[in-house]
Amino acid sequence: MTLDEFVKAFAAEFDDTPAEQFTPATNFRELEEWGSLVALAIISMVDDEMDVQITGADLRNSKTIEDLYNVVCAK
Amino acid sequence: MSFLSIKNIKLVGLSAGVPENIIETDAYNLMTPEQIEHFIESTGVERRRRATANQCTSDLCVAAAEKLIEDLGWEKQDIDLLVFASHTGDYKLPSTSCILQNRLSLPTECMAFDINHGCSGFLYGLSIIANLMSTGNFHKGLLLVGNTQSKNVSYEDKSTYMIFGDAGAVAALEYAPADGDSFDFHFMTDGSQLESVYVPHGGYRHPITPDSFVVEDCGDGIKRNKTNLIMDGMDVFAFANKHLPKSVKALVEHFNIDKDKDVDYFVMHQANKFLCDKVMKKSGMPAEKSFFSYKNFGNSSGASIPLTMVTEMKDILNQEGRKNILSTAIGGGFSLASAMIKVGKVHCSDLVIVKDDPQNNWPG
Repeated sequence: MTLDEFVKAFAAEFDDTPAEQFTPATNFRELEEWGSLVALAIISMVDDEMDVQITGADLRNSKTIEDLYNVVCAK
Repeated sequence: MSFLSIKNIKLVGLSAGVPENIIETDAYNLMTPEQIEHFIESTGVERRRRATANQCTSDLCVAAAEKLIEDLGWEKQDIDLLVFASHTGDYKLPSTSCILQNRLSLPTECMAFDINHGCSGFLYGLSIIANLMSTGNFHKGLLLVGNTQSKNVSYEDKSTYMIFGDAGAVAALEYAPADGDSFDFHFMTDGSQLESVYVPHGGYRHPITPDSFVVEDCGDGIKRNKTNLIMDGMDVFAFANKHLPKSVKALVEHFNIDKDKDVDYFVMHQANKFLCDKVMKKSGMPAEKSFFSYKNFGNSSGASIPLTMVTEMKDILNQEGRKNILSTAIGGGFSLASAMIKVGKVHCSDLVIVKDDPQNNWPG
């Protein structure tokens, strides 16, 4: 999965935040809609799409969507 | 691969006991009504039972066991095996199962031991008791399972306080070489994520000291001390979401189970709605075959599968005829088990509501 595809898939897990608001540099934990439920949905999406298990710490230690993408790719 | 198959044991009865005390989710005063509504939407937990200061897991199990023994018309003298699966025993020493042998007036010619597992306790306990009994050396066995993890949670930690409920459950098994049920299991263990679910202090690694009670601010409004249960919900979800469906897959492939035709019912550990929904979907289990108790009892740990059977499937299980039940559970550890349980009529006792007993004369 490319970074662009990852950003799209990431954005798709949000109901209220418009998709065009997401870029690789988006500081996702600052988004108003970010919360534990969206976090779980992201974990699930990463597992479904990339067969990678990320941890709570991976999410907490990533600032931007690109940071998280790099963590996922390194696993 | 870790599989186990048992054919000569019968599951004859199930019962469950819960504390009388009900905690409504919307009574929590550290979250806004909107946050609580959102919480209920995702976890499905509307209320749960909470033990009083006097109530132990064993008390819930004793009440459930007495009811089941009476309903089944069992002679206590015939019970020669008792297994207690729990993290929340009466004392650090001895095994609670020994105390239970005496409290239930079981014969001293009885093998009794504890299994130290949480949410995977029912399937683990079932596999162990059934496997022991399958030798033909035991005739009637009781599995007592459950936890009172409300005693470990911090009120200021919504990730645990709001989720867990207290319960005890009992399964009664008989040796039945001619017409036994069928129990097929898959097990998995991954101890690499200790910190995802654990109680840091109180074991022998870190005994209780005054420091254990120092309250720490863990961010996100969460405060707890070192005697409290820590659960990293994201870690648990990530692991469970990946490995529960994997375990179910391993089970159905190994035992040649056709998920559509061979599975009548699906009952998994009641972690929370969000996880249950994901696992159902990934395992190909339709909603009409699945049963849940998290709405009224939260995550009742090891008791959750039998509690769901007793409260939601009583009429089905009390009927004659074969029923194939697929089940899967994950607990701290991580400890994971899945099972295909093919049973006949299983007597389900009415849910036992356990009142507080202020006459607490236990030593210590």
